[in-house]
Amino acid sequence: MRHVISLLIENEAGALSRVSGLFSARAYNIESLTVAPTEDPSMSRMTIVSVGSDDIIEQITKQLNKLIEVVKVVDISEAAHIERELMLVKVRATGKDREEMKRMSDIFRGRIIDVTESTYVIELTGNTAKLDSFIEAIDRSLILETVRTGVCGIGRGDRVLKV
Amino acid sequence: MVLTGAEIVIRCLQEEKVEYVFGYPGGSVLFIYDELFKQDKVRHVLVRHEQGAVHAADGYARSTEKVGVALVTSGPGVTNAVTGIATAYMDSIPMVIISGQVPTAYIGQDAFQEVDTVGITRPCVKHNYLVKDVRDLAETIKKAFYLAKSGRPGPVLVDIPKDISAAKCEYAYPKSVAMRSYNPVIKGHQGQIKKAVQLLLEARRPMVYTGGGVVLSEAAEKLIKLVRQLGFPVTNTLMGLGGYPATDKQFVGMLGMHGTYEANMAMQHCDVLLAVGARFDDRVIGNPEHFAEVPRKIIHIDIDPSSISKRVKVDVPIVGDLPEVLEDIAKLLAASGDRPDEKALKAWWKQIDEWRTKDCLKYDRKSKIIKPQFVVEKLYEVTKGEAFVCSDVGQHQMWAAQYYKFDKPRRWMNSGGLGTMGFGLPAAMGVQLAHPGAPVACVTGEGSIQMCIQELSTCKQYRLPLKVILLNNGYLGMVRQWQQLFHGNRYSESYVDALPDFVKLAEAYGHVGMRIEKPGDVEGALKEAFKRKDDLVFMNFAIDPTENVYPMVQGGKGLTEMILSEEL
Repeated sequence: MRHVISLLIENEAGALSRVSGLFSARAYNIESLTVAPTEDPSMSRMTIVSVGSDDIIEQITKQLNKLIEVVKVVDISEAAHIERELMLVKVRATGKDREEMKRMSDIFRGRIIDVTESTYVIELTGNTAKLDSFIEAIDRSLILETVRTGVCGIGRGDRVLKV
Repeated sequence: MVLTGAEIVIRCLQEEKVEYVFGYPGGSVLFIYDELFKQDKVRHVLVRHEQGAVHAADGYARSTEKVGVALVTSGPGVTNAVTGIATAYMDSIPMVIISGQVPTAYIGQDAFQEVDTVGITRPCVKHNYLVKDVRDLAETIKKAFYLAKSGRPGPVLVDIPKDISAAKCEYAYPKSVAMRSYNPVIKGHQGQIKKAVQLLLEARRPMVYTGGGVVLSEAAEKLIKLVRQLGFPVTNTLMGLGGYPATDKQFVGMLGMHGTYEANMAMQHCDVLLAVGARFDDRVIGNPEHFAEVPRKIIHIDIDPSSISKRVKVDVPIVGDLPEVLEDIAKLLAASGDRPDEKALKAWWKQIDEWRTKDCLKYDRKSKIIKPQFVVEKLYEVTKGEAFVCSDVGQHQMWAAQYYKFDKPRRWMNSGGLGTMGFGLPAAMGVQLAHPGAPVACVTGEGSIQMCIQELSTCKQYRLPLKVILLNNGYLGMVRQWQQLFHGNRYSESYVDALPDFVKLAEAYGHVGMRIEKPGDVEGALKEAFKRKDDLVFMNFAIDPTENVYPMVQGGKGLTEMILSEEL
């Protein structure tokens, strides 16, 4: 099962390596990991997407909690939540492809944020499946490069991850 | 008051009432050594190899309730210390390791004796710090001691660059520390404790299984009280020996890979299991699937939530400090006025006594060659069970665990988790310093002892009258045993040729050496050795090279799939 784990961690040097090191040392999966400071600069928030059985996910959350600098851990995928990922795609856009690429970007509610005579950079946000669908939908041979942030997530409604 | 970083380090150690620092000087810790020189409250023990420093601090911590402290230099000082740190981490031993680092400006430049200490040690410490500002130093050291000792204990490393130990700042030692990200649970959940008591009262084939947590949390007294109140059988893990008195009639021996027949059978066939400060590891329950074949309810008390339901799913998890939780259970039990089913308990004890008649630790007492079990039994008799026993890793470790009856906690020091050969001798040094005048034995093998034998020199310098009990069979015995049993008698690289003359070696280090070849000489030699209160006596026992450790559960097998001695 796929899980989205959110955690708050002290914004200190090496904190990220403690988390990533834990995953590799205990052979847990990481599908994606994002991290940035929160509105309180002394703390960072991390979103980790991992795949594993319930037992493994339980161990992952316990092991994360055990890290001294981790303040709080929540598996936000246990309840209603929102996931977003940002992707930038640089595509070749010449001749008839130029119009087609613009059209696909519009359909996926993307934005073209850089334009040259032969290329576009398209900015797209959404959940992982939506970004995957966009890649599937356009002509692969036109993709010059892609970059994705990985998932960040937040609980719906009153559920709040805070100290 | 304005102090240098090095002065602050020493002040902090004094504040923490550190008696001994085990260490080895080098370039990046010179300022700290200079400050050590100028005072006499914190005594420094100069080892011969950094691994020895960390094991000695570890042995000191295991035999006391205190935090062990080691001090090493950057680069190779740290990498040499890593084995010791990992050893302490696996067994949850409270320690603070202070390491020197190259000056801040040199970090990342591949400077002389530079290594990424925080990176290298990260997976084998409870926590570590690189101090980048001298103003953070005192608080960091305070935190290190607090973290090492509280919750599930463990080693904490503080890496101090050389310029930080020279820099000055205003010093004040914090009285306490609070960390929003670290708050170990002490009090057990009352609802869970109620459930546990209910299960204990309903048990028909109960079993109490306790580990190193009982020793570390000073819970032995509370455990004994509860177990006697219940009348249940109890077993200890290798790390838990001494947590419950081995000579008590409710004790069924150690369990696990080399546990007793009765302990392993009772563990497998119980219907309610109370696990206390233990972690169901592979050397204890064998194959978890085989263990799960018999349905049973499990209550698991541990201060570390991640130890619960890791290898074995439990029914009643209780997170908390063992003495608190055991006390709560005992109180609730007494208040309930109920008793476990006497008849069922009697039948269960009858079954256990039947298993006991197997006499699974039997060995050939008429042998003309010295049997290692005999040496340990005599060691127990001669020291009246009062010695502190440190062991290395291998067959001798298991024989010591099986045949020395530990009645008190903190008397048995061994590397149970990491299985570090070379642990025994330096650990024994730490124990002896913590308990001057007490009998301290290091039970070892000719493989293990050579991994840290240089510490014999340290023993001379500090006049540590250890008794080294070398069970010498000429083989890396445990390896040989596995090769005999599971690799068709192909003894690949397990015979150690060209061993030194250990008697002469001991003498060369300035100690007393003895070689004992006949069973009839064992007791006399041990008596003489322990009479020599001021001397380190190195006793080289020529033991039966073919002797194996039994019972044995092969790796990956079920707990009750034991191989028993050919004597049975």
